[in-house]
Amino acid sequence: MPEPVVIAENLTRRFGDFVAVDHVNFTVAPGEIVGYLGPNGSGKTTTIRMLLGLLEPSEGRASVLGFDAFRQSEEIRARAGYMSQKFALYDDLTVWENLVFYAGVYGIREKERIEATLDQVEVGEHRLDLARDLSAGWRQRLAMAIALVHRPKLLFLDEPTSGVDPAARRVFWDLIYALAGQGVTIFVTTHYMDEAEYCERVGIMREGKLLALDTPAVLKARAIPGDVWEVHASPLQAALDACETGRGVLRVGLAGDHLRLITERGLQQEQLRAGLAASGLTVARLERGEPTLEDVFLALARD
Amino acid sequence: MTLILASDLHKSFGATNAVNGVSLDIAAGEIYGLVGSDGAGKTTTLRLLVGAFQPDRGEIAIGGCDIARQTEQARAQVGYLSQRFSLYEDLTVLENIRFFAEVRGLTRDEWLPRCMEILAFVGLADFKDRRAGQLSGGMKQKLGLASALVTRPRVLLLDEPTTGVDPVTRQDFWQLLIRLVAFPLAQAGDGADVAVIITTPYMDEASRCHRLGFMRAGQIIASGTPSDLRARLQGRIMELRGAPLDLLRRVAAQLPEVENVRLFGDRLHLRLAPGRSQAATAALEQAVLAAGGSLSEARPVSPTLEDVFIELSEQA
Repeated sequence: MPEPVVIAENLTRRFGDFVAVDHVNFTVAPGEIVGYLGPNGSGKTTTIRMLLGLLEPSEGRASVLGFDAFRQSEEIRARAGYMSQKFALYDDLTVWENLVFYAGVYGIREKERIEATLDQVEVGEHRLDLARDLSAGWRQRLAMAIALVHRPKLLFLDEPTSGVDPAARRVFWDLIYALAGQGVTIFVTTHYMDEAEYCERVGIMREGKLLALDTPAVLKARAIPGDVWEVHASPLQAALDACETGRGVLRVGLAGDHLRLITERGLQQEQLRAGLAASGLTVARLERGEPTLEDVFLALARD
Repeated sequence: MTLILASDLHKSFGATNAVNGVSLDIAAGEIYGLVGSDGAGKTTTLRLLVGAFQPDRGEIAIGGCDIARQTEQARAQVGYLSQRFSLYEDLTVLENIRFFAEVRGLTRDEWLPRCMEILAFVGLADFKDRRAGQLSGGMKQKLGLASALVTRPRVLLLDEPTTGVDPVTRQDFWQLLIRLVAFPLAQAGDGADVAVIITTPYMDEASRCHRLGFMRAGQIIASGTPSDLRARLQGRIMELRGAPLDLLRRVAAQLPEVENVRLFGDRLHLRLAPGRSQAATAALEQAVLAAGGSLSEARPVSPTLEDVFIELSEQA
């Protein structure tokens, strides 16, 4: 078992009375892609800031790449890359100039290395464009280049694809997998349930607490309290009312033109259908649904 | 009953054809999702419908009123929530709504009961005296929605209302929206039905819309119910598990039957060329073995809207 790249032990940060990160424990193995999924203010960014040594833990500790996250933060920052959700690009500089500037911050002057980084994220064709003229997708790739120029072994990505469409996001993730394939460890926070699916393991954050951390498949199997159903029945309002009080129904939500239910495990389709019919409803379609990370999140966050 | 009718809308900014022939026919009780990349023309389309821009060509009718000729009647039926809606942080929740109500010409007798009804609907009634600056992100979102609803619009236009909002809040927001359309707020007459257009980059949200339009380069290149759109790729998405995953990915990407490979944490999804799933399964098993890997599972899975989005984005 290789030494973990990140170890958090009871990692805690308070701001006054507010506990932003509350006794969080986890490890990340080399080359792993770990995601952190959680609402605004759940402690995702504060966790990253502590791992980078930008904030001192109020309690507990973290070790990153073998260094103490707070006392040896210089060592960590020399070896870790960070792309924040509001990455700062100089809009009046070209792509190339932005990258040269940030490379200089890390003491990197070799043109070949900067060139190689541009190639790696495939923004070479835009090198002479001003940053302000780039689309969201290209800006994001330039920000990624900036985080990669010093060849970090560990990359922190804080909501890297906010506001980026699925096709551009997909390209971005191909790059992340390529990096992980080269042994770079990735720690990424996200709002997107479907993006969290791309991670090898996903941590669910809520109010500073890490509620669970596991593979998407295990999270779905363990955290969702029952079976998922898609129910097309009319009238919709009556169907909603019937399901809210129905036997064996754990959760019901509106999903466009139909209902999505979570029922106790093992409830048979005929039982469910009979229950709905007994309430005088017309059931057009009733079928099992695929559990999603959103179901996991809602199950864990609402308890 | 059609509430939003747009025919062959065009709008250019300089040399850019932001909207290039968009037609819409959206009925009461429908939530219509406009999805597409940045710059595909989603926001410009909404701004044309709200009357903020005039189209270079094409016609718009809101609730039967032509927006060019019966501008006021058309606009009076529209509620619009822009991507960056502005709230007055120093005003309370109720004062904010009152402001929007008075701008739209509602008298106190009208707006007060209506505001309270809407605040109850969005779950902010207990916070009516709190300053907007002290609301959480999710509450601000709901206040934005409440402000857009104060004139009881029959047409609600929402531009990425949930971008940057956490999953629990998004879920709440959608439950409100679906309720609004499925069970309109109590009011006299049968004019209570509502139609919604929403833009979103989230495919899980798109799947909750009744109908979707995929926009690209100012045009709607595909539209239909989420099921219709997924049916485009029926039988063409295959899930693979095995080891090592990276080898599987490289091998799969080289097969002529495979159009696209998506790597997930513990599995791959392949999009296969039409009619080639049998051939692909056999070819994959051979190629993976020959490369020294192992295939533990290869099964067809239902296409997702994300699969559809990527496929449509790739079309030349």
